Amino acid sequence: MPKKKAPAKKKTAAPAAPARPVKTAPQEPPKKMLTVYIMGKAHRVPAEATIMGAIEYAGYQIKRGAGCREGFCGACATVYRLPGDYKIYTGLACTTLVQEGMWLSQLPVIPAQKPVYDIEKLEPNVTAFQVLYPEIFRCVACNTCTKACPQSLEVMDYIQAAIRGDIEKVMDLSFDCLSCGLCAIRCPAEIVHYNVGILGRRLYGRYLAPKSPELEKRLQEMREKKFDKEYKELMGLGRDELKKRYYARDTE
Amino acid sequence: MYPEYMLESLKLVEETRSKRLELEKSGKPVFKPMTAEERDDVLNKFHPDYKKESRRVVHIGPNRGEEITTEVADMLESHSRIKPEFFHLDKPDYETDILIVGGGGAGCAAAIIAMQNGAKSIISTKLRMGDANSMMSQGGMQAAVPAKDSPTRHYLDAMGGGHFDNKPDLVRAMTEDGPEVVKWLEDLGVVWDKNPDHSMYVLHGGGTSRKRMHSCRDYTGAIIMRTLMDEVRNHPDQITTLEFMPTVELLLDGKGRCAGGILYNMETAEYFIVKAKATIIATGGYGRLHIRGFDTTNHYGATGDGLIMAYRAGAKLLYMDSVQYHPTGASFPEQIAGFLITEKIRGAGGQPLNKFGELFVFPREPRDVESAAFIRECLERHNGIQTPSGRWGVWLDSPLIEIIQGSGYLSKNFPAMVRQFIRYQIDITKEPMLVYPSLHYQNGGIEINAKCETNIPGLYVAGEASGGVHGRNRLMGNSVLDYNVFGRRAGQYAAEYIKHVNLGKLSLEHITAYEEELKKARIKTDRMAPVLLPSYIPEDVRKRQLTAHYEGTLR
Repeated sequence: MPKKKAPAKKKTAAPAAPARPVKTAPQEPPKKMLTVYIMGKAHRVPAEATIMGAIEYAGYQIKRGAGCREGFCGACATVYRLPGDYKIYTGLACTTLVQEGMWLSQLPVIPAQKPVYDIEKLEPNVTAFQVLYPEIFRCVACNTCTKACPQSLEVMDYIQAAIRGDIEKVMDLSFDCLSCGLCAIRCPAEIVHYNVGILGRRLYGRYLAPKSPELEKRLQEMREKKFDKEYKELMGLGRDELKKRYYARDTE
Repeated sequence: MYPEYMLESLKLVEETRSKRLELEKSGKPVFKPMTAEERDDVLNKFHPDYKKESRRVVHIGPNRGEEITTEVADMLESHSRIKPEFFHLDKPDYETDILIVGGGGAGCAAAIIAMQNGAKSIISTKLRMGDANSMMSQGGMQAAVPAKDSPTRHYLDAMGGGHFDNKPDLVRAMTEDGPEVVKWLEDLGVVWDKNPDHSMYVLHGGGTSRKRMHSCRDYTGAIIMRTLMDEVRNHPDQITTLEFMPTVELLLDGKGRCAGGILYNMETAEYFIVKAKATIIATGGYGRLHIRGFDTTNHYGATGDGLIMAYRAGAKLLYMDSVQYHPTGASFPEQIAGFLITEKIRGAGGQPLNKFGELFVFPREPRDVESAAFIRECLERHNGIQTPSGRWGVWLDSPLIEIIQGSGYLSKNFPAMVRQFIRYQIDITKEPMLVYPSLHYQNGGIEINAKCETNIPGLYVAGEASGGVHGRNRLMGNSVLDYNVFGRRAGQYAAEYIKHVNLGKLSLEHITAYEEELKKARIKTDRMAPVLLPSYIPEDVRKRQLTAHYEGTLR
């Protein structure tokens, strides 16, 4: 792949013998290849590639199906099957490694409604879920959502928590959710779990999280323009003066 | 799993751990922080920016004659994707108050505040809304909230971190708005980490003199970004989001005011004209240009599109000679090379070590200094560890954090990191990570003032695309703050500005003029920008695509 190597590699000529020898130089490993089926078509790809790496290695320019490429944005939801195995597996293309015979397809988008609401007009209890996401009460507790989650979250448990109106639990269990939508696409009750999680977290942050007295105090000071004089003084200092002040400052 | 040849070095890390733990507990710095002279020395010799071939003179445009980062100069000296004569500018496809270019944190914050100030907007975004660097920030957001801290102290830290090149009015705006942003985000539903006594849970970042890093576990960016996106989606009548439809050029009117842009639907290959009374560029940075061949922490679309669009329209760039390399990008395994390992790991007590398991630098120097010290340790002193793919790395001792902060701390506070490595059978609660600097942030950008205005009336810029607030080196946690502060300000001031604007005839003459300038400077190139997406298609595949027509990296 072009441009993917650190420039360090070029500069490895003749390292001076270190004072105490510690083995750090690698052996050149043989490059293993395997076969995957990308949308049904066979491709030979490096055995250690991620699904995303394999798709690009095979010659595809991804438009949909790649975002942050590091497991935060949820753009690269992928489903696959393995040879001799009836199961449907799910994963993020950016963090899942290829396997021999993997039969895979990316999901370009997950169709999902998001009801519109005014956070200021909601109450932090079960009614918010009843009104906006009544379908969660159809949950049959099959746990398929949890099995589909590439983050290994307890998805079904936070849906059950929402049904009970336990907002803190919804927040806590859904905290690391990437909204990849693999739960929603597998759910027999047609729930859009990740949107329920976002609602739970926002309700918690807005209404239930304990407020910081320090923050209120600081905001009051800002309104009173307490730091105006100090700002003016600092901004009036020359570069050398400011530098002196900077290097003399104490650290917590 | 680490290859066998690294085990000897890993053992040394374990052996030195108890001594290093004592150092940490002593309350004194575990390694002597550098003086101003030592910082200058290591930067001059080892930071990639300071190498001669890292910069070259740009020959056209508002910054003509200035030395800037080579890859950026190449991008600026390139052709437009469009031919102005193809467009009937008197028939716009969309009309709106504000065109917001980019659907990351700054763009969404701007849209929300603009809406609250009565302005409708269109968000044009290349990928999906939220597929942005904002989504990926792990460590946190700086804001001077605790009583022993102050916004002016935050100001001093940011100025020093930026080598005093920062624009003072921008730093004041950022640090002064900080506490308000914490509150604003909490009111929108962001779940901040808190202490048992309800005060904000804060940690150090590199170059901070007080603990002021606010976080949402290590999904800080993801929590903030998803909250902002959800709020944007709650107002479909005021905010229209056009995904996979990047803006590729800006429009001006007869009086040189910015008047919207040309959008390109990447899926159907159609172009659309958007007429807008004001335009906000919030396109983020340029990590995917892989400057100096470095791996990057950035998202797939970070190709500096806003820079070239604004530059062609006549906007000035500032500090485009300065690139941020994050000290701790992953170096092993290869599948995650370049991925961000949050600075908060060092904030919580993680120590960088050489192959002997020894400290060689204070763990929390400003990012450029810390990165240069890592590079020195590997390339000059040969005390790094080389990976099977030829990358270099130094250890980042994460198990030490479990001892300092208590067992279970990493899983609770760094779930994303634990997950990232356990997929490759590396348990960071028991084994250190191997790290090396990774291309992280565009320190410079389009020059703005504290109202996010540029030298082009009607053109506003917010977030990483702008230049000046971080000088020549940004501190950790100041970019999350930056995109919130200046995203909000851009939304507010653009909404005020549009109340008094009557646009004249739309024009793309600046594109024609820019092509003329290229010709006059005798620059012959097939480069095309905005770049839109990088390409990782192998060379042999491209060679077989005999009838494909490439426009830059896209067919």
